[in-house]
Amino acid sequence: MAFTFAAFCYMLTLVLCAALIFFVIWQIIAFDELCTDFKNPIDQSNPTRARERILNIERICNLLRKLVVPEYSIHGLFCLMFMCAGEWVTLGLNIPLLFYHLWRFFHRPADGSEVMYDPVSVMNADILNYCQKESWCKLGFYLLSFFYYLYSMVYGLTLFCSPQIFGWRDKHRRTS
Amino acid sequence: MSAPGFTSLKTSLGHSLNSTPNGGAAPPYQNGPGGQTYPSTYPLTGYYGAGPQQQGNPTIPGQCAPAPQKAPITNNDHSAYCHQQLLQPTAAPTVAPSAYGATQGSHPPSLPYGTPTTLPTSAAPPNSQHAPSFQQPAPYAQPGAYYGQQQYPTSQTQHHPQQPNLVLAPHTSPGAPLYPIVSYPSVPGSSQYGTLRSSQAPTGPAAVPNLMGAPLHQYAPGNDTSHPASTAVVPPGYSMAPPGQPATVNGQGNAVQAPVLQHYDQSHQAPMTHDHYRGGVTHNTGGADRDMPPLGIPSTSVNSSPGHQQGGDSSSTTTGSASPVPNSYDSLEGGSYPEFSNPPSADMPNQPVYQQRPVSRTDSSPSHGGYNQTGYQHLPQPFPNMSQLSAALGGLSGVPELEVEALRPVNLLQERNLLPHQPLDAPEPNLSADLKKANCSPDTFRCTLTNIPQTQALLNKARLPLGLLLHPFRDLAQLPVITSNTIVRCRSCRTYINPFVSFLDQRRWKCNLCYRVNDVPDEFMYNPVTRSYGEPHKRPEVQNSTVEFIASSDYMLRPPQPAVYLFVLDVSHNAVEGGYLNVFCHTLLENLDKMPGDTRTRVGFITFNSTIHFYNLHESLSQPQMLVVSDIDDIFIPTHDSLLVNLKESRALVRVLLTSLHSMFSQTRETHSALGPALQAAYKLMSPTGGRVSVFQTQLPTLGPGLLQSREDPNQRSSTKGVQHLGPATDFYKKLALDCSGQQIGVDLFLLSSQYSDLASLACMSKFSAGSIFYYPSLHHVHNPAQLDKFQKDLERYLTRKIGFEAVMRIRCTKGLSIHTFHGNFFVRSTDLLSLANINPDSGFAVQMSIEESLADTSLACFQSALLYTSSKGKRRIRVHTLCLPVVSQLSDVYAGADVQAITCLLANMAIDRSISSSLSDARDALMNAVVDSLSAYKNTVSNIQQSGLIAPAALCLFPLYVLALLKQKALRMGTSTKLDERVFAMCEFKSQPLQQIMRAVHPDLYRLDTMSDQGALHLNDCIVPQPHLLHLTAEKLTREGAFLMDCGSVFYLWIGKCCNDVFIRDVLGCPNHASIPPSMTQIPELETPLSERLRALLAWLQDSRPFSSTLHVVKDDATAKTSFFQHLVEDRSESALSYYEFLLHIQQQMSK
Repeated sequence: MAFTFAAFCYMLTLVLCAALIFFVIWQIIAFDELCTDFKNPIDQSNPTRARERILNIERICNLLRKLVVPEYSIHGLFCLMFMCAGEWVTLGLNIPLLFYHLWRFFHRPADGSEVMYDPVSVMNADILNYCQKESWCKLGFYLLSFFYYLYSMVYGLTLFCSPQIFGWRDKHRRTS
Repeated sequence: MSAPGFTSLKTSLGHSLNSTPNGGAAPPYQNGPGGQTYPSTYPLTGYYGAGPQQQGNPTIPGQCAPAPQKAPITNNDHSAYCHQQLLQPTAAPTVAPSAYGATQGSHPPSLPYGTPTTLPTSAAPPNSQHAPSFQQPAPYAQPGAYYGQQQYPTSQTQHHPQQPNLVLAPHTSPGAPLYPIVSYPSVPGSSQYGTLRSSQAPTGPAAVPNLMGAPLHQYAPGNDTSHPASTAVVPPGYSMAPPGQPATVNGQGNAVQAPVLQHYDQSHQAPMTHDHYRGGVTHNTGGADRDMPPLGIPSTSVNSSPGHQQGGDSSSTTTGSASPVPNSYDSLEGGSYPEFSNPPSADMPNQPVYQQRPVSRTDSSPSHGGYNQTGYQHLPQPFPNMSQLSAALGGLSGVPELEVEALRPVNLLQERNLLPHQPLDAPEPNLSADLKKANCSPDTFRCTLTNIPQTQALLNKARLPLGLLLHPFRDLAQLPVITSNTIVRCRSCRTYINPFVSFLDQRRWKCNLCYRVNDVPDEFMYNPVTRSYGEPHKRPEVQNSTVEFIASSDYMLRPPQPAVYLFVLDVSHNAVEGGYLNVFCHTLLENLDKMPGDTRTRVGFITFNSTIHFYNLHESLSQPQMLVVSDIDDIFIPTHDSLLVNLKESRALVRVLLTSLHSMFSQTRETHSALGPALQAAYKLMSPTGGRVSVFQTQLPTLGPGLLQSREDPNQRSSTKGVQHLGPATDFYKKLALDCSGQQIGVDLFLLSSQYSDLASLACMSKFSAGSIFYYPSLHHVHNPAQLDKFQKDLERYLTRKIGFEAVMRIRCTKGLSIHTFHGNFFVRSTDLLSLANINPDSGFAVQMSIEESLADTSLACFQSALLYTSSKGKRRIRVHTLCLPVVSQLSDVYAGADVQAITCLLANMAIDRSISSSLSDARDALMNAVVDSLSAYKNTVSNIQQSGLIAPAALCLFPLYVLALLKQKALRMGTSTKLDERVFAMCEFKSQPLQQIMRAVHPDLYRLDTMSDQGALHLNDCIVPQPHLLHLTAEKLTREGAFLMDCGSVFYLWIGKCCNDVFIRDVLGCPNHASIPPSMTQIPELETPLSERLRALLAWLQDSRPFSSTLHVVKDDATAKTSFFQHLVEDRSESALSYYEFLLHIQQQMSK
């Protein structure tokens, strides 16, 4: 194998996958921040904290929303590249998530102008729990796929490099 | 028997009052023992007799007569008490503990009693005294046959007869009702201490009646058992207490209450004299007698007895079958009736009328007494702990009659008359009588399942939604208000101390939500009622499940905000032409002084069309100064002072402005509406203080930020494929609402538009800032005066109703339960905290819950909502409601405890969420599936009947009907032409209305009027309020000869059949015959005929229970208005929806798939 397009794909996805992992970690931190209100219950019920808290929720939701499209498009790019490179197995692994993203993106509240992470509803425990679970699952998926890409890249590059560096071994194999 | 239960309600009042009834009943029996008690009571009666309601009891005098003879020791004290009580009311308002102390001080006799510590000792002496008397009563035993003889010995031997009594009592009660012996005295006292009357604005007559009625109903069964006990209970120890109790009574009740109570008792008796009553009395008296002697506290016994009588009365009205209460429980807890009774007492006067109604605040207090007493009396035994409780509950779990009835399988396809004769009451949780009495009123706090399943798996099996419906800021006739330096809360979960905590001993209590053991602070040990230490269980916080605390400065970082009202008025041509501006100005002028507030109250006005107008109302000006800002894209505030002015200082200018506003714009030609910029200006103006913004809008906003386009396609109004545009078109209003919410500004929207105005988008401004939404689709001063009239009345209520500012509400529940979704108007600030910029008494909330951990290790699940708000007087207050429900492990119990109304309301909320987030047809399917799932789950798991047909437990037999009614509501119907705005408004109503309002709208009450009789009628004051039976909502029930009243909550329809009796038409409507009835009649003339009086009494009575006035439409059989009437006949087939029977067949078909 040579320094094929596939190997290039893996190199690129490796970098982007690291970015995705950071995205997701940031999401997890953000949700955690949403969950933990002010520690002191008296503060919680204080009107002057309300403004701060609401601004905080709005800010977090805005940031979360800003990350949605980059994350989904990066992942879409993966799938596109793997398809072009003919890496069907890898593509197959990513297809479920791609469909999930598509569903999540388009299956939003009817007429809603916001995609998701609506500040007025995100604090409902069921939505928040769902978002948290989603981001943990994604973190796991991205981590696993990161190592899978790493392996695939090394594998691809190894094959590419083998004639020069490990040529004798190849010859040996061929002979045997 | 059941009656006693009721009596317990009153007992608290009763202590003073009751004495008379007891005396009446008891005297014959009690020669010896009673004597002591009698005397005390007797004097009271005498006082009251003078009072308003003597009518009551002929028996009383007779009874009283004997009493004087005996009058022993306590008599003097009692009389003193009585006096005190009467007097106290005046003092009571001050509320402060100090006041209380003073009052007590005034009563020398009370002091001796009061001291708890002395109890044991004190108790002993009374016993000894009683002993002789007691013996005498023995002969009476016959009446009291119930009372075991054992009791006597025990009582005599023991200082604390209570326990023995309790045990016996249950035995004695022949039928259902057990009579747990209750000791109450402590209770009243506690209430007294802290409680003031709520400062809130008078709720109006309606609230009171509800309260009153509720106790009766609910408790009746429960009370039965416990009731007797309470009467009997009076422990010797308490004898001292009794004085305290009366005092408490006073304290609780305002000055008004005390007198009222007395009246009540008497009045009650009078009407009540029914057979039941008597029977109840005799039993009670017997109980009282026996108890009394053993207890040795005459005074207490006296009090209790009255209570019994009342109970009897109530029982007569209600058919509640009492579920037997385990004896053990009673004995453990001790009856707390007296306490209970106290709160009701205030309400009592009204009760007769409202008996049918469930709920009442009063409930809350009673049960506690039991705890207190036990703890109090028996120092060694002191506080019942959890194990005791659970043991008691275990005893209860033996499938009480109520539950059996609730599980009775009903074949829906065969049984056609499912509706009860009277409007449905909330099911009673299967709790011990004491807890039941302490529990929160179902009007305030209701759970879809009154038996909480132990695990999520069990809940899933039942296929019923688990959730709560709250009406936390409801107008209450009476509310214990507690001023205390330290508000006792659990250290780990911050739960407020409540009636359902358990005291491990005098110094420690165990939180009922997280089970942490907390210390009782020193201050809490002081019981002002008895002026002694060591009675934390008698504090009002522990006696009442609904209390209000005055918060200390810990709960505020900034000074409480003043009441600030800003009115944003549309003055475009459209608005002026419709005539609302005139009505608004007049109504506001009239109510300017009635708006809640204090001397800091501020008001301001903004008007807008294509420009924004501000009004400088500074007091130094001679006339209002109008400032116009035409730069609507970048709005700014022209001057920062004097746009919001102190109402007191600038009242004259405000009046000038309001009188001239209409004429200022009467010639306007401006048709545009710059609502968005006006709201931005309002936000900027209000930011520093927070407050309430009332927006009056009459058309689609057409200028500036927040402009909207018409999205409605009239051709799609009756589409069966789904409805578009239920969500907002822009997030401008949502963002604005969030900003407002952050600055503690609530935005209320009045939409007065006859054309499409995109309420779906506009409503966001209120939804997320905790405002309210009003919609008058065809308001016009010429074309629709009826609606204008309604607008005016609603506005009046809106302006004068209570309001709370910068509020937060937190709902806590027992560990293992978790809340996951909220419904209502608010901003969810954290997973259990709702941010409410404004809170008004007419908004309800719903929450959905899940069970995260098994509740197997507990027998009770508790829910507490705490609402922290700033009152219009600038006080920071916390209103706490606590609800306690049993936990069950059997699926059948879950079904037995299903509250079909609450389930319907919660499902409606969920369906509306679904229709916005997904689609309307999706939501309708989900509703349908909810019925199919729950019925098939019932069929497969619980019901053993292998018969064809559609089987539902009796508790759920109305479920399919209600869901069908839901599907035919404006909000959720398909295929029938519905304007988008009306649909969206109906959705908003579902989300923000309290349960009763929703249910009336979903399933209106239909009565036949021309045949109604006085049978079962309520006697309210001088009026007779007939109680016609409910009819099914089907045209089959209508006849040409009849006249029918349909109560849809906000509208009454009076349907007159074509062949209706001319006499009826003449007597009620003042028209000679059917043909001469005017086509649009919206009022019933005040005629002096009995029929007319009855009908108007009925309408007034129905009206009393709702905050906003309802309009009346007289519908002639042939009028075009018929459609609006017939659309409410939900059981009939309509052009696009199934009839009830078809719906049942459809469900059956789905189930068999």
